[in-house]
Amino acid sequence: MKFGVIVFPGSNCDLDAFHLIRDILQQPVDYISHQTADLADCDAVILPGGFSYGDYLRSGAIARFSKIMPKVAEFAARGGLVLGICNGFQVLTEAGLLPGALYRNDNLQFRCQQVSVRVENSDTPFTNAASRGAVLKIPIAHGDGNYFAPPELLQQMEKNRQILFRYTDEKGKTRIDANPNGSLDQIAGVCNETGNVAGMMPHPERAGELILGSADGLFIFKSILNHFLSKEAVKHG
Amino acid sequence: MAEQSWRQLGLTDQEYAMIIEQIGREPNLVELNMYSVMWSEHCSYKHSQSALKQFPTSGRRVIQGPGENAGVVDIGDGWAAVFKIESHNHPSAVEPYQGAATGVGGILRDIFTMGAQPVAFLNSLRFGNLEDARGRYLFDGVVAGIGGYGNCVGIPTVGGEIYFEDCYQGNPLVNAMCVGIMPLERLVLGKAVGVGNLIVLVGARTGRDGIHGVTFASEELSQASEERRPAVQVGDPFLGKLLLEATLEVIEKKLVVGVQDLGGAGLTCALTETAARAGSGITVELDRVPLREAGMHPFEILTSESQERMLLIVEPDQYKAVEAVFRRWELSPAVLGKVTADGQVIARFKGEEVVRVPAASVSGGAPVYNPEAQEPEYFKRLASLDPLDLPAVKDFNKALISILSSPDIASKEWVWRRYDFMVRTCTVQGPGGDAAVIRHRESGKGLAMAVDGNGRYVYLNPYLGGMLAVAEATRNVSCVGAEPIGITDCLNFGNPEKPEIYWQFKQAVAGMAEACRVLEVPVVGGNVSFYNEVEGEAIYPTPVVGAVGLLDHYEMQAKSAFVQEGDIIYLLGAKEVSLGGSQFLKKIHGQLYGKMAGLNLNLEKQLQDLLRYLISEKLLQSAHDLADGGLALALAESCLAGGSGAIIKYNCTSRPELELFGEGPSRVLVSVSPELGERVKSIATESGIPVEEIGIVQGDLLQITSGSDSLIEMKIALMERAYREVFTWIME
Repeated sequence: MKFGVIVFPGSNCDLDAFHLIRDILQQPVDYISHQTADLADCDAVILPGGFSYGDYLRSGAIARFSKIMPKVAEFAARGGLVLGICNGFQVLTEAGLLPGALYRNDNLQFRCQQVSVRVENSDTPFTNAASRGAVLKIPIAHGDGNYFAPPELLQQMEKNRQILFRYTDEKGKTRIDANPNGSLDQIAGVCNETGNVAGMMPHPERAGELILGSADGLFIFKSILNHFLSKEAVKHG
Repeated sequence: MAEQSWRQLGLTDQEYAMIIEQIGREPNLVELNMYSVMWSEHCSYKHSQSALKQFPTSGRRVIQGPGENAGVVDIGDGWAAVFKIESHNHPSAVEPYQGAATGVGGILRDIFTMGAQPVAFLNSLRFGNLEDARGRYLFDGVVAGIGGYGNCVGIPTVGGEIYFEDCYQGNPLVNAMCVGIMPLERLVLGKAVGVGNLIVLVGARTGRDGIHGVTFASEELSQASEERRPAVQVGDPFLGKLLLEATLEVIEKKLVVGVQDLGGAGLTCALTETAARAGSGITVELDRVPLREAGMHPFEILTSESQERMLLIVEPDQYKAVEAVFRRWELSPAVLGKVTADGQVIARFKGEEVVRVPAASVSGGAPVYNPEAQEPEYFKRLASLDPLDLPAVKDFNKALISILSSPDIASKEWVWRRYDFMVRTCTVQGPGGDAAVIRHRESGKGLAMAVDGNGRYVYLNPYLGGMLAVAEATRNVSCVGAEPIGITDCLNFGNPEKPEIYWQFKQAVAGMAEACRVLEVPVVGGNVSFYNEVEGEAIYPTPVVGAVGLLDHYEMQAKSAFVQEGDIIYLLGAKEVSLGGSQFLKKIHGQLYGKMAGLNLNLEKQLQDLLRYLISEKLLQSAHDLADGGLALALAESCLAGGSGAIIKYNCTSRPELELFGEGPSRVLVSVSPELGERVKSIATESGIPVEEIGIVQGDLLQITSGSDSLIEMKIALMERAYREVFTWIME
């Protein structure tokens, strides 16, 4: 399965996603420049974390206009898998590929720490390797991760099961003090209506080896791989 | 020239006479400005040079010692570590966010200028009392600025230290360190070699920010310093990141022959230093410098400290390729001129020659001063006072909680969770331990790094304090199992023209140099920051040591946490401790005096060697240096890090507060699996290192008894609150 990691000017977690996919997941992966107008032969596309265009103006607001983004939208429309992590999540909401918006953290500070997230829907290409209710330990590192969606939209997202992850304590209980950024309803990750585009503030690419503090991030990447392999099996079966 | 011109620019009459002598005429105003910035203390090291000669700067691993943008040390298999620490104190005193951010940006450029991929930041910070609103403003602003730059460029900030003393109230210290790794063959230097080669400027446009930043850094702070706000530069980390990527790419492709970043003294420094290092000259057209605003005077163009700019020396037939790389990163390089053979730096502006000065005179011709040094009156007086003359303390639990919750000692998580310490996924030991460890993917090696400095110690005894700073930084690196391979230092002192201050400086440098010699760790670069005074009151003399260590395999690292119930706890190393200059004395009695415990450098070296051996043989479960707060605090920290308790039976032979909280060098706390205990003991004994079994890891209490006396008995959960929540209470 071929992964593409998009590199915007100012992306800085591209390397981490690249290494996890190549070294741990052991799948082919390429960097894709924001100037490229082609997603070539990718089976899944990662929009990595970082500070695209310095996050000046508003996080992700400039990157959404880059040359690659119409291609990402087309790729998604064709059913391609797109995962936005941190800044990539912000870019996807700015581009309208994911619902909602990410505001400044309610504590007004950048936060880098391990958090626990509960898997809310395990029937998606990004979560199928985990069970529903599973608690994953994955770090965050962001200043603008405070998720918001208007009430009607949120209701609709709930109905469509578009909430993928919620911040909880280690036991999977939602608690105010387990919410690191003030996100509405403790939302840490969401997907689009068709389930093939997802965004999450926690960094699964930083949680691929125990020596880094956790290997729970692998659930997300393995889910993507599972999804691809089962699709291939259907195709060839 | 009008007399006040040079005086206003910070040059003495004698220095002005030297300039005339060196160039054979009076300098014009543009040239005078160039001399002013380059002969400032910050750039010329005129008061420190003679003392710094004492540092050992060579060794079997040293590829590049002091004098370049950063030091370079061989780590084997064709790889090198590149590192440096630098101060940004004065800018941070008037504009904390930008002052700290540009300190980070500046040290970052120093590392990638050499061709190295930056892999980690560290920092050493000092602030005044947090009860004061301005103290909190500076603290919060500096932390935000460090994170603002480092997080955006995507290099993890993995370690540091922070202390709070009244003497830093108006003059905080912000020392930033950066570590990089590169293939040895990629090393490029800041030399303008090859007559006819192009001088290329790339990065941000040049504006009026930071003009005379270095002269500002070379004077005492006062009420008037607020007016110096325009001398503080403004950082653009996004541009810094593009510049980093593009510069590393042109170096990797071998498209450039020399690289120099523009930092203090801007273009003046970059032009004269690169020419002087190569023994060449440079001619430039200032009209070609891309400007941020119209109407800039040539002296402003030459002394602006606008951030995120690099100077490259490029062979003419490589220029197109260089330009293509930068354009791809959305940067526009400008060819300013050429390398010449005549040793002169010549600048033309609007068709006229506005500068013609010998490169070696501007960048190396400043006088070297040997100021008068005099032992300060306080030295013997404070040493004669004995902390044990103070009333005995009865409640050691209270004392422990009080020290644990003091901002100096308490967990700095409130600070470092605002720094991205994980990006690049190579941080295998992050902030909070004795040293941070960064793995190197390509070779499997690990680099350990720590910064240490204790201004209180150095104030009480500069020579011993200087030795202790080197000993502690290297011990911290050894505590994670790494061999110290080099240090970089940032020497923060008051006004060197005052004999008492210069005495502190000379003594401290002599002590550091002696420790470096015995511990066989070279100084490969650093920075001196003088004039850290507000209204004539100096800070404590604060040399900060950044140590870098090498682990053959990053997986071999040790950590400080107690991890397993039943493990035996040993105290390794020296016996001597003192309450002189201790945290106990500061926190419980509000005093700073007394004699510190002595340092036996040979024992220190043997202890560090032993530690590394024990760790490499996988005989230890944990290792933790005894530092601030002595044995009690080290035990508490290892308990807190692992979430487990300990039962300690310690035989007090003197006053318990001395035994519990007394501080002394060459002491390390280790925990060992019971079946390996005897082996560790015998290896230590054979190595000539005193070893004492003091207890076991057990339960959820820290319990310390002496004979039948219970000295300390405290729940870890209670300590946890005192230790972890202090900054939230103070700051939010």
